[in-house]
Amino acid sequence: MYQYDEYDQKIVEERAKQFGGQVDRRMSGSIEELEFKPLRLQNGLYMQLHAYMLRVAIPYGLLSSKQLRMLAHIARTYDKSYGHFTTRQNLQYNWPALENVPKILECLASVQMHAIQTSGNCVRNVTSDHFAGVAADELEDPRPWAELIRQWSTFHPEFAALPRKFKIAVGASPAEDRAAVRFHDIGVFVTENERGERGFEVLVGGGMGRTPHIAPVIGKFVARQDLLSYLEAVLRVYNAYGRRDNIYKARIKILVHALGVEAFRAKVEEEWLQIKDGPLQLTETEIARVVNDFAPPAYEKLPAATALLSSFVLGKDRALGRFVKNNVATHKQPGYVAVTVSLKERDIPPGDMTDYQMDRFAELADRFSFAELRVTHTQNLVLADVKASDLPALHSELAALGLATPNANKITDLIACPGLDYCALANARSIPVALEIMQRFEDIDYQNDLGEISVKISGCINACGHHHVGHIGILGIDKQGEEFYQLMLGGAPGHDASIGEILGRAFPRTEIVPAMEKVLAHYLAVRQAPDERFIDVVRRTGLAPFKEAVYGPAPGSQKKPAQETVHADH
Amino acid sequence: MRIIKNARTGVDRSAQARIEDDAWSHVADDAEVPAQGDVIVGLARYRELRATFAKRAGKVGVRVHSNQEAKELADLTAELPLIAIEFPNFKDGRGYTTARLLRERFAFKGELRAIGDVMRDQLFYMTRCGFDAFELKSTKSLDEALGAFSEYSVTYQGAADDPRPLFRRRAQAVR
Ligand code: HEM
Ligand code: SF4
Repeated sequence: MYQYDEYDQKIVEERAKQFGGQVDRRMSGSIEELEFKPLRLQNGLYMQLHAYMLRVAIPYGLLSSKQLRMLAHIARTYDKSYGHFTTRQNLQYNWPALENVPKILECLASVQMHAIQTSGNCVRNVTSDHFAGVAADELEDPRPWAELIRQWSTFHPEFAALPRKFKIAVGASPAEDRAAVRFHDIGVFVTENERGERGFEVLVGGGMGRTPHIAPVIGKFVARQDLLSYLEAVLRVYNAYGRRDNIYKARIKILVHALGVEAFRAKVEEEWLQIKDGPLQLTETEIARVVNDFAPPAYEKLPAATALLSSFVLGKDRALGRFVKNNVATHKQPGYVAVTVSLKERDIPPGDMTDYQMDRFAELADRFSFAELRVTHTQNLVLADVKASDLPALHSELAALGLATPNANKITDLIACPGLDYCALANARSIPVALEIMQRFEDIDYQNDLGEISVKISGCINACGHHHVGHIGILGIDKQGEEFYQLMLGGAPGHDASIGEILGRAFPRTEIVPAMEKVLAHYLAVRQAPDERFIDVVRRTGLAPFKEAVYGPAPGSQKKPAQETVHADH
Repeated sequence: MRIIKNARTGVDRSAQARIEDDAWSHVADDAEVPAQGDVIVGLARYRELRATFAKRAGKVGVRVHSNQEAKELADLTAELPLIAIEFPNFKDGRGYTTARLLRERFAFKGELRAIGDVMRDQLFYMTRCGFDAFELKSTKSLDEALGAFSEYSVTYQGAADDPRPLFRRRAQAVR
């Protein structure tokens, strides 16, 4: 992984020191909260409902075991012994005391980490594919590009006060987009032109929030050396013309939409032509320096893992079999696999991990995966370089830690935002709904029968829980002070991106999960084959039949209250 | 009024940052321009009275709002001794882009001054974008604010103060 040199190191150390000064000035009263707010925000320090929350950047989700041990240490020493992995591949601490934050930043700096620009109206932590570097379907490893973007965007002097926050994701796999690239302010795909040259497709103006947008392509083919100048041109146009009069209309998606794709592209290209051949043009030396840090680890030469994997899947150890079937992905390197470690255990809020689990997990990364791990945007962890023959040993270690839930991409592998339990903007709680779903659908055979399905829950329209792109989305709303939930179907975050549609009227807290059960029962009843996924059925039939299954026949035909609906042919 | 000034380029600008008495005065858009003294006027006024200003005793600089773009000043950068860019509030970062373009694209060599909601913690970014004079919103801790220029010794990007991004400087340091 990328190793800081003396420059990178100096920046994170100076940041810790600077923030220490800012906190001192705040604590002594020499600056007001109003002035302190933008400072702490650029450092990932939010005021939540009960306390401050500190968001630590995990660039493109990659961590060393040493870094994870430090995260465990911080959780133990300065927080309530756990951390929360987020959908942006970051880690959040929910209870740090303000006066300890500078110390936490020093701890982070000592392992080449920071909390820079994890909040505020600036370029945020860059995200990428959690199987980057090991996926058989990728053109190349996207992480060196993500790292180059991280460096370019860190303390960028011109873009420190953008109209709104700005999120960039990088992907490199034409077959599958595992990083929801199309839902970012800028999405970058590594691509190849007709001449076989590598470059980038640059998409601009995706996002979720109250007005979800799938990003259109702005730069059709941007040459490798021009990546940063192209991004700089996009940001400059946004900084100059993005709306600042209304925070709900301030994201770049609104600007792209208002100008139209052609006019927006024209503005970007006009600016870009002025800077394209300037000093921001990447040098081969720099590209090579960064690419070199992502060189593959020292793999052993092994036979292909296929036979071994199917022997596990069909073997006597059913727990191992289920785990291998659901949580193990193929790998570029023969004999190796990538293992998804689910943080969606029953009764635990999605994404939470204790200090003890982190420490033990760091040992497993040392033993089984070249001392590295990844955080996924679905709030799980990945050990990306595991020998297939190590799977039984790894599985039993994970099981002992409560980290062997075999539910990757299944219905209980859901995403939920913090919701009303933590968040001041929330309309409704998310976590209790998530926990109820995990209990209700615990039976793994039922989960396997349902197949690949994603549930995403947000406690309000800001969509931190990505409800727009869940195959099933759940959105908390407020009805006369009571928590209600809207059910949405048909969203997808990948290359086949789509935005979910609202099924019908919202449900009170006690009825949302039963309504979901009706949706699922209908799916099982009408799918044409076991491998016709939930999302495929929604796309094939549209929402109407699901609506009828949940709310009863449409008005006009016989009226029946939703409660009493029974499923035909089930 | 006392303001902060700094050198425009050079690595160790923290050593050159200083507090000075301001020789300039702002003339509001609806106020009369005094016959003498160095004044800062709005862009529209400047264009209107440009010919008479050429003969005036005392220098005239221009003030622009955050929604006015660098290119609106393109024909004036050679003659103006001072351009002041207003930050109506710290969240409005358009002035950073305006500043960089004035320096890097339109070759403005005079004093570039940040005015409005300017606080200590923006100074480092501002100096990188080409500002060399700063009217802080509050002048109560100017001495302390000078410290802002030395908080970082490394920067990744090229900007108005040094066009080379770190990757070009890195390469030169090795050689
Ligand atoms: C609890 C404190 C939180 C608050 C107050 C908060 C606030 C917000 C707001 C206001 C937006 C809408 C921004 C916009 O559209 O301009 C937003 C979007 C978002 N937040 Fe949060 N959030 C919180 C926690 C989280 C957490 C824990 C995560 C990750 C798990 C997260 C991930 C996101 C994502 C992915 C978006 C959508 C970005 C987009 O629109 O493209 N947020 N958040
Ligand atoms: S979606 Fe709403 S409730 Fe959930 S974390 Fe974001 S702002 Fe809070």
